[in-house]
Amino acid sequence: MNVTRGFTGRPRVDDPGLPPGQYDAGDDWPVLSAEVTPELAPADWTFRVDGLVEEPRTWNWEQAHELPASAYEGDIHCVTSWSKFGVRFGGVSLDAFLNMVRPHVAATHAVAYSHTGYTTNLPLADLTGGRAWIAWEYDGQPLAPEHGGPARLLVPHLYFWKSAKWIAGIRLLDHDEPGFWEQNGYHARGNPWEEQRYSGD
Amino acid sequence: MTETFTPPTRFAVPGRIAVSDQAATVWQTATITEIRRETPHAATFRLAVPDWQGHLPGQHLMLRLTAGDGYAAQRHYSLASAPDDSGHIELTLDHVEGGEVSGWFHTVARPGDRLEVRGPLSGFFAWPGDRPALLIGAGSGVVPLMSMVRHHRARGLSVPLRLLVSVRSPEELIYGREYGAETTPVFTRSAPHGVPVGRMAAAHVAPLLADQPPGGWEAYVCGSNAFAEHASRLLVSAGQPVDRIRIERFG
Ligand SMILES: Cc1cc2nc3c(=O)[nH]c(=O)nc-3n(C[C@H](O)[C@H](O)[C@H](O)COP(=O)(O)OP(=O)(O)OC[C@H]3O[C@@H](n4cnc5c(N)ncnc54)[C@H](O)[C@@H]3O)c2cc1C
Repeated sequence: MNVTRGFTGRPRVDDPGLPPGQYDAGDDWPVLSAEVTPELAPADWTFRVDGLVEEPRTWNWEQAHELPASAYEGDIHCVTSWSKFGVRFGGVSLDAFLNMVRPHVAATHAVAYSHTGYTTNLPLADLTGGRAWIAWEYDGQPLAPEHGGPARLLVPHLYFWKSAKWIAGIRLLDHDEPGFWEQNGYHARGNPWEEQRYSGD
Repeated sequence: MTETFTPPTRFAVPGRIAVSDQAATVWQTATITEIRRETPHAATFRLAVPDWQGHLPGQHLMLRLTAGDGYAAQRHYSLASAPDDSGHIELTLDHVEGGEVSGWFHTVARPGDRLEVRGPLSGFFAWPGDRPALLIGAGSGVVPLMSMVRHHRARGLSVPLRLLVSVRSPEELIYGREYGAETTPVFTRSAPHGVPVGRMAAAHVAPLLADQPPGGWEAYVCGSNAFAEHASRLLVSAGQPVDRIRIERFG
């Protein structure tokens, strides 16, 4: 350990909800995206699931909203070290979409991609079992464009760069393929509890 | 099946510069060798990092301060210095009110103090000096852009480079004395005599886009999220293609 002279840090409460190296951003919700926020109307939004599936399919806004509603209430963690507690998102569980396309047994990973072309990779197991959503509401309101509205992927148990904003689709693969940040040095999985920030962590 | 997936849409900011994963994972000890005041709220910290592998202008690093009880705080900071082989790098930090890390730098740090860094990180905001660059920053958002300007000068590059910097007042303009003909400051609260006061607007961006070098500009926008949103919209309305706009948001 390399102690920095005179650094004590902010007075801290030992918060079991805070992964190592994170701080509570409170009411702040910082925005970190590398691209221009797209102007994407709900009427122009589509979401596709294909790759290693029985029946590739594309949903539009209305069709996606016909699926059973599902909410997430809990915490989110960004790799730039802020966490946000007790957030509420509304949308549809990703399971609902996956059940309709029926993934092949060979499918092990996925690449999620945005209407901007941003990509991020995930093990399929992180997207199933009620752990991932397509979210279009935040705190009961439509999701703001700079936070990924009209709809984003939400995978709250991983660092938030995995929760692709302006989600356009998910392709199922039989191998892991690094996405945008992962090609730029970020970790392939990004588990905040293990501080998987950069490749090699 | 080993298909390589390419999304149907082009990503606005292809990461075209390969970065070393190796450097990103190793924590190195850095020693403060010099502190220079830039403005009442910002100072530059020169660090000796003997094993620094070098960086490209626009890249940032991760910095870590550790308390006696093992608590550690990590933050991202852009590299202010141009790449060189002196074994030193420079960071410029704003003093954020109540800030844990910037607070230590501005009230405790002195030459000889040691901390840890890892990097350089991220290739998408990097500018190797190859394409004409239109740089737009506000506040401490000028830090990575200044690394580009310094690189341009140090290498005597002839590729066109322009910098638009938005700041409240002349006193708060970081690196104020270093700018040359490439830079247009925009003052939002108070300006030197005869210079207009006001927000960055289409009128600042339009002439630069009207006067494009062959092949067009690669735009780099850096600052707070609110500023990044504003500036990137100005660029898009002025006709800059979205896939030639790179944005670094400080949060
Ligand atoms: C890629 C990147 C590059 C960057 N480059 C630079 C740069 O070159 N220069 C620069 O100055 N900055 C830069 N930043 C911003 C920098 O990373 C830090 O966010 C900034 O220095 C503030 O950190 P801090 O520890 O001082 O403040 P923090 O402690 O993180 O506080 C930030 C704000 O939140 C409030 N706050 C947060 N937690 C608490 C709490 N528990 N209790 C009370 N208040 C709280 C503080 O009052 C303050 O207003 C960059 C950011 C990114 C993402």
